[in-house]
Parts: sequence; structure tokens; C-alpha cells
Amino acid sequence: MATLKKNSTAGEIRDGIHYHQHDVVIVGAGGAGMRAAIEAAPHASTAVITKLYPTRSHTGAAQGGMAAALANVEEDNNEWHTYDTVKGGDYLVDQDSAEILTREAIDAVLDLENMGLPFNRTPEGKIDQRRFGGHTREHGKAPVRRACYAADRTGHMILQTLYQNCVKHGVNFFNEFYALDLVMAEVDGKQRVAGVVAYDLATGDIHVFQGKSVVFATGGFGKIFKTTSNAHTLTGDGVGIIWRKGLPLEDMEFYQFHPTGLAGLGILLTEGARGEGAILRNASGERFMERYAPTIKDLAPRDIVARSMVQEVLDGRGAGPNKDYVYLDCTHLGAEVLEEKLPDITEFARTYLGVDPVVERVPVYPTAHYAMGGIPTNNDAEVLADNETVVPGLYAAGECACVSVHGANRLGTNSLLDINVFGKRAGVNAVEYSKTADFVDLPSDSAGEVVGMLQQLRDGTGEESVAQIRKELQEAMDMNAQVFRTEETLTRATEIVAGLRDRYRNVKIHDRGKRFNTDLLEAVELGFLLDLAEVLVLCALNRKESRGAHMRDDYPKRDDENFMQHTMAYLSGDPHSSTAVDHIRLDWKPVRGGKYEPQERKY
Amino acid sequence: MTEATKETPAPNAEIEEEIETVVEIDEAEEAPQSFTVTLNIRRYDPEVDDEPRWVDYDVEMYPTERILDALHRIKWEQDPTLAFRRSCAHGICGSDAMRINGRNRLACKALVKDFDISRPVYVEAIKGLPLEKDLIVDMEPFFDSYREIQPFLQASSKPERERHQTIEQRARFDDTTKCILCAACTTSCPVFWTDGQYFGPAAIVNAHRFIFDSRDEASQVRLDILNDREGVWRCRTTFNCTDACPRGIEVTKAIAEVKQAMMRGVKL
Repeated sequence: MATLKKNSTAGEIRDGIHYHQHDVVIVGAGGAGMRAAIEAAPHASTAVITKLYPTRSHTGAAQGGMAAALANVEEDNNEWHTYDTVKGGDYLVDQDSAEILTREAIDAVLDLENMGLPFNRTPEGKIDQRRFGGHTREHGKAPVRRACYAADRTGHMILQTLYQNCVKHGVNFFNEFYALDLVMAEVDGKQRVAGVVAYDLATGDIHVFQGKSVVFATGGFGKIFKTTSNAHTLTGDGVGIIWRKGLPLEDMEFYQFHPTGLAGLGILLTEGARGEGAILRNASGERFMERYAPTIKDLAPRDIVARSMVQEVLDGRGAGPNKDYVYLDCTHLGAEVLEEKLPDITEFARTYLGVDPVVERVPVYPTAHYAMGGIPTNNDAEVLADNETVVPGLYAAGECACVSVHGANRLGTNSLLDINVFGKRAGVNAVEYSKTADFVDLPSDSAGEVVGMLQQLRDGTGEESVAQIRKELQEAMDMNAQVFRTEETLTRATEIVAGLRDRYRNVKIHDRGKRFNTDLLEAVELGFLLDLAEVLVLCALNRKESRGAHMRDDYPKRDDENFMQHTMAYLSGDPHSSTAVDHIRLDWKPVRGGKYEPQERKY
Repeated sequence: MTEATKETPAPNAEIEEEIETVVEIDEAEEAPQSFTVTLNIRRYDPEVDDEPRWVDYDVEMYPTERILDALHRIKWEQDPTLAFRRSCAHGICGSDAMRINGRNRLACKALVKDFDISRPVYVEAIKGLPLEKDLIVDMEPFFDSYREIQPFLQASSKPERERHQTIEQRARFDDTTKCILCAACTTSCPVFWTDGQYFGPAAIVNAHRFIFDSRDEASQVRLDILNDREGVWRCRTTFNCTDACPRGIEVTKAIAEVKQAMMRGVKL
């Protein structure tokens, strides 16, 4: 009945561990990982390790578009795009990085088109562009059409196109291999990358991938929250691996809540709907964004719109039986625009809420969406060990990374751009590095920690439930660390997370088997979620100001004098000590400014 | 594992499909009532079982919840050993294609209210691919067929900007760009069940996506590949694939257009 998985991926087996050697090892096969692979595979032996089949990655869920100042439909330029990105990020953006992002955006879009991406077209046959939140002409005067798109399936098309081109280049994928550790070794007094340890979900076997360079492109960690647009599999594994290695994480307190999640479900409805003219309304039908952002209204950046929505609900103007959501009104757009330009979200509303956007307003509420913070890198996608020191051979790109081009709040369509621009840079640089570097010898027991961790989980005698702890974590984070935060809520979150981390050490694994042990997988994932939630909350407590997506009710103003800097968090002690401050050290990193001086953020 | 779990005999091979909404949802804004749904799941763990077995689970569900929610509730509250793939949970990633009451669907797009819950809901792995464990099959043969049709743009020109394409040219292949490679179509095809060598609907859909793309120059290569004895001519037009597609792609029509292109050439 069953056949064993074809094992072209066996490698060389020693003491029950599989060993592989590749010049470049890429972890993750979403947009950033595959964009890197397309650069790397033709020039160096490349392996892509991925927890999911590549086409399952969450890049495919992105909808609205990818920003680039092509100026195909109206005047635009990348300097305006840079300004919008810096202002959108509440001036915590590193401005040289943002300039790279917006300058290389144009080629990034053209590359994708040349690779085959079926963008929507203008009547002249050029790539069509639509409006999106925070993207403006002439430094905030009015919305501009900058988002290149393919209906509301832009992410799907990017993911498919990148996978298609990986097939073209014969990229070597290790599908359903779950990376669990980064192997580092000391060479001439310097920590260098030696490889990656992964767990083969199909067989339960451990594989060690020796690589000259390693690229992390593992995506986000939205599953620390209950209401989220993120996939079940977005558990921050890559960010967690880096953290456990003692490498720092940057700006973890900045987490974006997308304004328009389907109420109660969190499923994303693209900002492109508002780009096409949809309007947010409260229970009485008022277009409330006129009060919060008089110039660009519903097309204000996401942090402002999400906060305004929550404020409406808090002030009693929410809709529905519990007055706990607002409406996205698309009814004036007409069936044709919805079917042609927004078909998927139209279907989501019909399927999951039984609401037809053509004739009814859609209940929406903010949903946890995107981590602005993550693994700190420089503009070459090299991972940083502190504010300046590069870890030789280690790269990161996409949502798991923090360059920082998004600062305190990412603009819509800048993430599909980020994965393409910095995914490409990571791939190119990883190859260049591998040309001159030698393999670093693997330590004798390079898989030891992973084997030990899995053994401990499998053999655990505790009675705690993985699902129960995860549920409590997600509820606590939604309740205490969401759109509005205070010292009190964050302190409560810290205590809850600490308690859950204690209980996690006594989780029970019911599936003792080796094959497709998704029970074990979920337990490991929960460990990463708990680590990252702890860091996020501590960083949020430490930032006593409001900036971008981080809104402190008790410190409602931005405080440039004290906080115009990136947070850097380091694991500095025994991670099992129950108090976060005992094992996490927080530091600062200067923001690289530029021509845009911080100003009050008005839209 | 739990008291709710009991072994039951395999259901009849033919299970009638309930497509009408059986559970009416009140129009008024009242909190919907939950009810007990029995899921009968075909379990198989090659490390333990000689043969697959059907197991009953009772779950409390709300009408607008998904079958995926029911599977999660079983996994998280009753039997954590249950294995299935899932990721995005809203019909975009294509991980959770499975056979539900005899029809291929994504578990995350199958709502409880669309089933007759007075009877058990039968859930099993998609057919025609090697069973690995519970609801998980080996997807490699499926992706092998996909890779064989050269699913990437082949164009010799090196434009300085984007290649131009009219709105009409773009619309010509729009339907087949929606494919998420979930395998619901291919594994609903009776020809594929009896002949695993058949390329199957998904590979043909993805060939169609490039054959009818005005920018592509390798249409003939793909048509030659699909003119094989295991190619499009094996399609018997049963429309199972079109019914199964969670993205609403007119799969059978796309296959027919590929057949026509073989006979009369590609009309863009």
C-alpha cells in the first residue's frame, strides 16, 4: 500500500545521520528563498531545504501588489517611493537600505515579468499599476499608482513564477525537510557558518547540510497571535534558530496588524480593495478614516488604519451583535471590478462569512500580519552578530530578516518587493562568498543538539498539551500585545509567557513514530513561538514610546530623543531561567538616517 | 485513543454528495449553535497498521467552520497522532486536498454547513498517489508530471523593459494561472487512478498556461510532449477534474483547448 519516499535525497549516511555538502544552503522556499536560489543554482551547488513543498509557502497568500515606481500609468519616481517608505516606517527605516529597495524595485518587477509573471496589463500592454496605502506622489500630496499586480493574486503569481524558474534551473529542493539548527564553528577565532541540521518529516531522519554559505529565508511568526493572516506553518523557526545560537534579533516589538482581516477569522482581504476605491465604515456607515487621515483617508498606512479601526470599536462605534468590527464597503465598486481585479477576496468573503461584497459590506478587523523585525542584516543580506560585525557566510532575507527597510511599520506591497530585492542580493552574495571560502569542518557532533532536543520531546513524561499551551499563548498575545499596548498589558503578557515556557518543558508527545510525526513537529514549532513571544514582549516593554505599529497607550507620543534607534535583543543567559530579563539583554543600534528628517507623521 | 474513537467498517465506495446547504443559518444576528459532527477518517500508519482502517471521531462544530477546523479539533483535543498537511487554511496554498464524502476538496474550503451532518462525514487521502500516512500521500509523482511539461516561460527575446501583452492576450490564459498544484483534479481523474503514467489534468492545465501565453515560444514543444500516449488523448471528459478544482478552473475546457491546439494549431 505505502511506498517509501523516493530517496534521491539520502546523502551519505554515517552513524544514522545523513550528510550532504553544497556550496550554498538555502533554508526556506518562499519568495526570498527561491529568488536567492535562482541566483545561486546556476553558479554553485545549491540545496534548498524547505519545511513545505515550495508552492505551499505563504508568499502565495500575498494579494495586492508589488511596489515599483515604473510610472507606467502616471508620473512617479523612486525618490518618492523612498520618502513614503521612510515616513511609512515612522523614520525608523535605514534610509540607505530604503534607497536600494526602491531603486532596485524597477528591475525586480521587470525580472519577474521577464521570467513569465502574468501581471495585469494597461491598454497599451504595459504592466498595470494600482494605488496602495501610504504610497503617494510628491511626498504625500495624493495616492499614486505604484503597485504592480496580478488581480489579487500577486503573491500567488510570484510564488508560481519563482518555482517555475527554479524548475527551469533544476534547483535541488529538499521538500518537507524541517531545519532545526545552524551549525557554527570557530575558525581563527571567528565564528563561521558550517551548515544546517534538518529533520526529514517523511522519515524522521536527521540530515546535516554542510555549506560554505547559508541563506535563511524562513518567513515570519504570526502564529504567536490568535487572529492572524498567517499560515499555520508560520512559526518563526528560522528566527528562533538564530536566536538560540546567541545571535541578536532586531526590532522585534514592531509587529504589523493588517487592517482588513475577515472579522473573527483573520483571513486577509487585500489593501488593494481600498486601492481600487473600497471604503471603511463604522456601524453608522460613517467613513471614519476621514477623521484620522484627512488627506489620503482609507489609503493611510496600515498602522494608522488598524489603530483607527480599533479606536472606533473601543468608542462603541463598532458593528455587529457585539460591536466588535467595522465594515469594508466595496458595494460601489461594481461586480466587474470585484470579479476582475479582486476575485479571490470576493470569494473569501462569500465562502467564509457568507457575505457577498458586491451587495453587502464585509465585516473586518485587524489581523496579525507581518514582522518588521527579525534577523539583523546589512544591505548585502549578511547577518550581523552585533551592530556591525558580519557573520561570515551567513545571509538572511525576506520577512525573517530586518535590514531595516520597513522600520516601525511596513507599507503594503513593500514586502513582495523586499523578498525579490534582498532575496536576489542574498543569493548573489552567497554565491560570491562560496567562490572564495572553504567549507568549515563540521564539529564532531554537529547534529547532537537537535537529536537531543527531539529525543527529550519524544520521551517526555509530562502531561502538558502542545495545543493548549499554544492556544493560551495566542490568546494572551492578542489580549495584551496587539494594536494597543501598555506597561500593564505587556507585564501581564510577560508573566503568562513565562508560565507557558515553564509548562512547555513538560509537554507530552502522543505520536512516538518516525514517519510524518506532525505531533512532534507542532511541539518543536511551539518552542520557537514561545521564544519569540518572550523577546517580542520584552522589547515592547522596553520601548516607552509610540512609533509605527508599536502603540503604547501609556506613552502615546513618538520620542525621537530617546528611542530613535533600533532595538537589539541578545540571548545572554540560561534560556530556561523563568524571568526574561535574566536571559535577555537589550541594546540599541543607531538608525542610518539620510535626507528625510523625522517629522510628525500626518496623512 | 479517546472514548469517542471507535472502529467502523469501510463505507460504501459510492457516497452520495451533499451539495445543498443542509444546516440553515439564521439570518438574524444570533450566536450560531454548535452541534456534533461525526468524522469517519481513513487512518493508516505504516509503522503500525497492515491496512488502512476507518475511525470515527465526534467533534463539536459550528456551521461556518471548515472540515480543516474539525481535523484540527481532533488532532488538538482527541488524537494528536492524526497526520495531515495544511498551511494557509484559506484555499491558497493547496496543502490539504483530500477526499471528503467521495469528492476531492480542500479541507479548508469545505464548510461543515455544506454537509449532511446527520450522517458521518467520510475523510480520506486523495486517490492514485502512494499513501504515506493517514491523509498524507507522496506528491512526488504528481510534481514529476508537472515538471515534465516544462512549466516555465520560454522566450528568446531580451527586452529592455517588460514584454508587452494586450489585456486580451493576458486574459487568454488567465484561468489556468490560478492553479495551486493541490492535485485535487489529477487525483479525481478515473484515468489517472487506473494509469498512474497519465500526465493528469494539473500538468495539462499548467501546459495550457504557457501554450496560450503570447510571450512564450515553446508551445509546440509542450504540445509534442502531451501528444504522447499518456498525454491529453487519454482524457475521457468526465469533468471530475473541473468539479474538483478548488480554484474554479475550467479544467476540462483547458484540456479540450490543448487537444484542439494539437489538431489546428495554437490560436492566441
